[in-house]
Amino acid sequence: MEPFVAELAKVEVEYPGSGLALGPVDLALSPGEITALVGPSGCGKSTALRLLAGLEGPTRGQVRRTARRGESAVVFQAPTLAPWLSARDNVALPLELSGLARREARTRAEAALARVGLAGAAGARPAQLSGGMAMRVSLARALVTEPRLLLLDEPFAALDEITRRALADDVLRLWAETRPAIVFVTHSVEEAVYMASRVVVFSRGPGRIAGEMSVAGPTLRPEGFRTTAGFRATVEAVSTVLARGMEAPA
Amino acid sequence: MRRLTDILAPLVLIIALLGAWEAACRILEVPAYFLPAPSAVAASLWADAPTLAASAYNTLAMALAALVLASLSAQALALMVALSPILERAIKPLAVVLQVTPVVAIAPLVVIWAGIDNPERAIIALAALVAFFPIFSGAITGLKAADPDLERLFDLYGAGRVKRLVRLRLPSAVPFLLEGHKVAAGLALIGAVVAEFVAGSGGAQGLAWRILEAGNRLQTARMFAALVVLGLMGALLYAGLARLERSGLRWWRGR
Repeated sequence: MEPFVAELAKVEVEYPGSGLALGPVDLALSPGEITALVGPSGCGKSTALRLLAGLEGPTRGQVRRTARRGESAVVFQAPTLAPWLSARDNVALPLELSGLARREARTRAEAALARVGLAGAAGARPAQLSGGMAMRVSLARALVTEPRLLLLDEPFAALDEITRRALADDVLRLWAETRPAIVFVTHSVEEAVYMASRVVVFSRGPGRIAGEMSVAGPTLRPEGFRTTAGFRATVEAVSTVLARGMEAPA
Repeated sequence: MRRLTDILAPLVLIIALLGAWEAACRILEVPAYFLPAPSAVAASLWADAPTLAASAYNTLAMALAALVLASLSAQALALMVALSPILERAIKPLAVVLQVTPVVAIAPLVVIWAGIDNPERAIIALAALVAFFPIFSGAITGLKAADPDLERLFDLYGAGRVKRLVRLRLPSAVPFLLEGHKVAAGLALIGAVVAEFVAGSGGAQGLAWRILEAGNRLQTARMFAALVVLGLMGALLYAGLARLERSGLRWWRGR
């Protein structure tokens, strides 16, 4: 097995007119690992995600990826579904773009929808779905290609707390089926610690890695995990590093 | 209840205005060539109904032909522009110049080109020119209005230019195209009437010609009758396209 799915090596990103946005940053993602990126707004964590996805290139440094095109998938902050397509056709889209025949793509799309618990909503349009359901369709669309690298950019930010928690468990359950490497960006320290085995804290101006913490415990969190002393302690530790990063000079 | 007042309120106002107009004409003894009473306009509407209907049909047919022409050419050009950024930069200034030039100013030229014997061709061309821009700019805007995250998704799965156009940009443009066509239909009708005025000949026998003809003969009631028909036709056309837009959007969005 390859040692990493994607790696940022001394990566820096500079936007014209606004100076250095990110870096230098070193970050390697092992196969099957769940990594959370937390940090204040504008710390470059979403930029790091886009670099890992190959949607953006670095100004300096190197991005190495063993996941080929079509082997990584992204879930954005909004469900980003095409309003004119049914849930089934939205999920089938990545397969069709990769050249799969429509019939086969649809069959696999329906299976992916079933995996996220939406077998009955295959024919519905995005406008007919609730926020949580739309996000699940978006998740199914990312999973349908069975990616080795799954990137989630604040995927639950727009949802209520109950739906967020349900979706977090869904993601972990789905992860257990094919074990892709997952990277997700979040503002919520609790969510990061709950979902990830490794939490990377970013600081601002320019975005750098301020600290890194591993989270103990089984990846599929048992009931009541949020109330355990270990969970609380890790949340505190991450919050402390986060607070220190926010004090860093801009 | 609300619907009822929506219909009744304007109806009551119209009846009141017509009543005041009729009364004023009778009491002040306004000469009929200056301002005919509504009853005279109604009489003219009734008496000239066959001619007015035929003229309305001609105007509407020319406006619709212009709309089809504008729709096809605007969308074809927008597509080419969408596929080639260089073409867009080349075409844009020309399009702006053409758009800000009043159709009335171009009309005599187009009449010459179409040939004095073919006024309806000139009228269709001029109306199409007016109707072209809302569709063209709607299409251009719409083709660029795709969700940037969906664009990223297409990047991620390595979609080529044609696939991106067919699967993402064209469907994203649908609401803009519907809106563009709704605006263009109204403009096509206005364009057809204005162009017929400028063409100034009876060759096309549209409503504008009826107005000109009646005006020259001081048959003011007939002028009003033609105006009433024109106004009604415009309102119906707009209502029809607004309805088409609504159901189009419903189909696009699935509800």
